[in-house]
Amino acid sequence: MRRLVLALAVLVPGLSFAAGEADAPKNIEWTFSGPFGTFDLPAARRGLQVYLDVCSTCHSLRYVAYRNLTEIGLTEDQAKAIAASHEVRDGPDETGAYFMRPAGLAEKFVPPFANEQAARFANGGAYPPDLSLMYKARPNGANYVYSLLTGYGEPPADVELAPGMNYNPYFPGHQTAMPQPLLDDIVQYADGTPATLDNMARDVVQFLAWAAEPNLPTRHRMGFGVLIYLIILGGLLFAVKKQVWRDQH
Amino acid sequence: MSGEPQHIDDLHHELKLRGVLGWIEYRLPVFNWINNAVGTNYPTPKNLNYFWNFGALAGIALVIQILTGIVLAAHYVPTVDGAFASVERIMRDVNYGWLFRYVHANGASLFFAIVYVHLFRNLYYGSYKYPRELLWWLGLIILLLMIITAFMGYVLPWGQMSYWGATVITNLFGAIPLIGDNLVLWLWGGYSVGEALLRGFYSLHYLLAFVIAGLAIVHIWALHQHRSNNPLGIDIKGPQDVLPFHPYYTTKDLFGLGIYLIIFAALVFYMPNALGEPDNYIPADPLQTPAHIVPEWYLLPFYAILRAIPDKLGGVMALAAALLVLFAVPWLDTSKVRSARFRPIYRQLFWILVADVFLLGYIGGSPAEGIYIPIGQLATAYYFAHFLILLPIVGKLESPKPLPDSIATAVLEENKRKRARKLPQVGVQPTSAGGHH
Repeated sequence: MRRLVLALAVLVPGLSFAAGEADAPKNIEWTFSGPFGTFDLPAARRGLQVYLDVCSTCHSLRYVAYRNLTEIGLTEDQAKAIAASHEVRDGPDETGAYFMRPAGLAEKFVPPFANEQAARFANGGAYPPDLSLMYKARPNGANYVYSLLTGYGEPPADVELAPGMNYNPYFPGHQTAMPQPLLDDIVQYADGTPATLDNMARDVVQFLAWAAEPNLPTRHRMGFGVLIYLIILGGLLFAVKKQVWRDQH
Repeated sequence: MSGEPQHIDDLHHELKLRGVLGWIEYRLPVFNWINNAVGTNYPTPKNLNYFWNFGALAGIALVIQILTGIVLAAHYVPTVDGAFASVERIMRDVNYGWLFRYVHANGASLFFAIVYVHLFRNLYYGSYKYPRELLWWLGLIILLLMIITAFMGYVLPWGQMSYWGATVITNLFGAIPLIGDNLVLWLWGGYSVGEALLRGFYSLHYLLAFVIAGLAIVHIWALHQHRSNNPLGIDIKGPQDVLPFHPYYTTKDLFGLGIYLIIFAALVFYMPNALGEPDNYIPADPLQTPAHIVPEWYLLPFYAILRAIPDKLGGVMALAAALLVLFAVPWLDTSKVRSARFRPIYRQLFWILVADVFLLGYIGGSPAEGIYIPIGQLATAYYFAHFLILLPIVGKLESPKPLPDSIATAVLEENKRKRARKLPQVGVQPTSAGGHH
């Protein structure tokens, strides 16, 4: 086993970087943390725009469907329009042929590359991970994504970057194949919010947190009711127990 | 048991059932059976503390796992390509699927937490001693099956930790001399961790839950033969020592359940992923090893013992021995006194063992490097020394405190002490034992 892991560590490019430690992420107050937390929907919609305009050129979102976008406040027509700007393979039709058609609401987000090989080929050997679960797939996910997006900079003098790599202290090993994706005003927000790096990073985190955990607001709301119920029930059960045991003390 | 006190039988009485219930009871005495198991006809020591809630809680935790598991199994796809996506479908598209999955995942953690408290309560109060050795064994077999079941269940989502956990653990069997290599092939159902293993684990994960349920019933059967131990560790001597299970312990267990459900709900609704590994939200990738492969928290002490031995076969044997040594505890413990309350030295050793197991858990979750390695080895050595050396010796050397005459007299004195403490001022004489307490 140990031999196998060692062999993999040598063979798999990129793995050696994953072994290094990353800096602790910055600490941001998120609207969705805490027991009453919920998503900032306008921010999540702006985050969707950043994802569509920037992230989606490389990163898939394969577990989220276009119809889900109504959950963050898009109209069905808006969601339909976003879906229709991508094509999916369908068929066979009555002649037995396969054909391309615009994606519909029921489709999952269409990935930017046909397969992993195509993705690696287009990205200098690196495989841009799917973002559907990124918020849950990293420790301290929200802060991690925010820190990564805003953490790019010049490498310190003692750090030598591998070819094609970029310096980012929040990425394990401090270098990532992803060039800085967000720069001020790289998108133009329809609602007039200034598209600063900081704003865009926060908005993308709102969007990705929703993408990973769309039931979070329901869960928080339901949990509140369940806990109130259980605390009252627990009190009643304690009273019953006391009453039954009163002659034993 | 021949020595069963006659007066306990006086407590027994027939259920007087009429109508439909009576009709059923005459043909199948199910109500009497229930009444004898958890009803008014099951005499229970009157001095059980809240640590005795954990047996009933474990039963409820098992039922919760089975019920949520049945729902999840209806939507889960046991294929290498479909497993991860089917779990996401459960989380997103199945009605309340997220709730079922979070209850199941966190329920497993809490099930282990309960069973560990249950086990350490046994160690503290000496419940494993004569005549409850088989009861103890049945519990240990249930724990063993729980570990296997939980491990298999953790593999099912086919995330990174699922895959690499399965790889590391199944490879361990390769260390067994002669049959090891073939055993691993058999476990895999092929030449690598893949679909055959996933399907096999799915089938066994489902099956073992019901095997555990069956063994739990046998466990309760064995419990009823000699009835519950109690914090004093002395035998029931007469009806003054016992209370009917219902309503006394049904209400006490229900209150405990209420507290349990509050903790459960807080976990499920507000930090459902706190006990899990983020890596398991990354689909399994045979070409990318996670930086740290760690099991769930409840297996970390065993993982530390496994890694404490630098040799693979040695590690596997230590891991097996860590569980097997528990089976020998009723004979390794040479003291005739059950409860640690009356065993001043054993009582301290017990708490050192608890600390040692926590330390092992911490080491199991840390990378196997630097200072962690010798600490893990020391903690492992102490774990075995506790059972194999200290337990037999202390039983012989220690002089236990005097045991009370009976449960009833001890309870009476305890109540007297409590009332005395609650008296408002010095000089006020207690006038009657009745009233508030």
